[in-house]
Amino acid sequence: MKPPRFHYCSPRILDEALILLDQYGEDIKVLAGGQSFVPLLNMRLAAPVYILDINHITELRYIETEPGYLAIGAIARQRQIERSVLVQEKHPLLIEVIKHIGHMQIRNRGTVVGSVAHADPAAELPALLTCLNGEVLAQSVRGERVIKAEEFFTGYLTTTLDDGEMLTEVRFPWIAPQAGWSFIEFARRSGDYALVGAMAVLTPALDDTCISANIAYLGVAGSPIRAHAVERMLEGTRLDAQTVEDAANIARDVVGEDMRDVHATVEYRRELVSELTRRVLKQAWERRERQEEGAR
Amino acid sequence: MRERDDDLSQCVEEYEISVTANGNRYERTVPVRLLLSDFLRHDLRLTGTHVGCEHGVCGCCTVLFNGEAVRSCLMFAVQADGMAITTIEGMAGVNSELHPIQQAFREKHGLQCGFCTPGIIMTVHAMLHEHPDPTEDEIRHELSGNICRCTGYQNIVESVKLAAERLQAQRLEVE
Repeated sequence: MKPPRFHYCSPRILDEALILLDQYGEDIKVLAGGQSFVPLLNMRLAAPVYILDINHITELRYIETEPGYLAIGAIARQRQIERSVLVQEKHPLLIEVIKHIGHMQIRNRGTVVGSVAHADPAAELPALLTCLNGEVLAQSVRGERVIKAEEFFTGYLTTTLDDGEMLTEVRFPWIAPQAGWSFIEFARRSGDYALVGAMAVLTPALDDTCISANIAYLGVAGSPIRAHAVERMLEGTRLDAQTVEDAANIARDVVGEDMRDVHATVEYRRELVSELTRRVLKQAWERRERQEEGAR
Repeated sequence: MRERDDDLSQCVEEYEISVTANGNRYERTVPVRLLLSDFLRHDLRLTGTHVGCEHGVCGCCTVLFNGEAVRSCLMFAVQADGMAITTIEGMAGVNSELHPIQQAFREKHGLQCGFCTPGIIMTVHAMLHEHPDPTEDEIRHELSGNICRCTGYQNIVESVKLAAERLQAQRLEVE
């Protein structure tokens, strides 16, 4: 349970880091909070030749509000977000989601961007980014590109990030003030990876019907999954009991046929998806800012 | 804290670090793959920090890193360069009198075999610093990152409650 040998560098400037990434290509891996990466090293599931520690690149420690989204830099810790009064006020769903990540000791080191880059399908932040239609910023010596969440996650621990590229920022879109949201996950023990998690953001129109629904799940497939079919079913409705029931029923399909392991069967995960869908839809809709008919 | 003078923008396999542990400064040259937990135990002989799972699940190796509770098995010694670490050895007072948290664990039987205890004490220290008056639910939630296989947690929770009371009273006295 000791990491294999590697070469280590820890530059203070982003440009230097990008040069190293370009130089060593697939042989170099980025170390941010290390809360997923160091276990992989300790278990010898990863053995990179070079490790690029980005913890001293202080220019990447930011949390910034932009017109359309909250921007989080590559070494902003999960705890830093959790404690940020700004984020508590402006993005309560992000706070709620982060509180479910691991334990306090993990969040003290773990970064938001690192969790997204790691792309564990059972992790909370990739699912949230998918749910909200978020984006990531990848940088390399060749320049930068912005990638949409649904195009970023391609499978288990796999993304469209190229060799020589580094994820430097994650962008969580703002939620409309009148929208209601909910996140619920089911884990056998507190702090464990959840078996299944569900999240919903429901925005009411002026006539108090649902004008847009964003629904996503974690732990149901090789990547976080957005449930477009469920969203379409909810849009235009008032989330009456029958609609919620129908949505909970068709949501079962998001669970992949191969999602069986020692922790749960496919059928069990489908049951969880169904029940969690029911709960998040009810809670999110209750939390919306009710739009009174004729009040405009 | 010392400004790092060496150039780590190039790759190295060894590095000279300067670490403050429990108020004492140590300088050592370490291989970069050395875990912080092993550095504390083997190089500094601070064997109170225990090593259980070595992949961040059990919480035995929890130490304070610049005041924040972290898993020392998920960090490299080289990352502690210029940083301040507190381990269980730094908790007792100058005359070896127990820290109020340790005293509370002793009185309330908050340990049996004691393997998980150093990690739990460090976690509780960070917890009570941030929430001096936690509810039982909060205590249980914050303890969830530390596994104990003996006690059934009941007496650990009682110990934390007592420690919180005593630390609160101490604070009032000071004021």
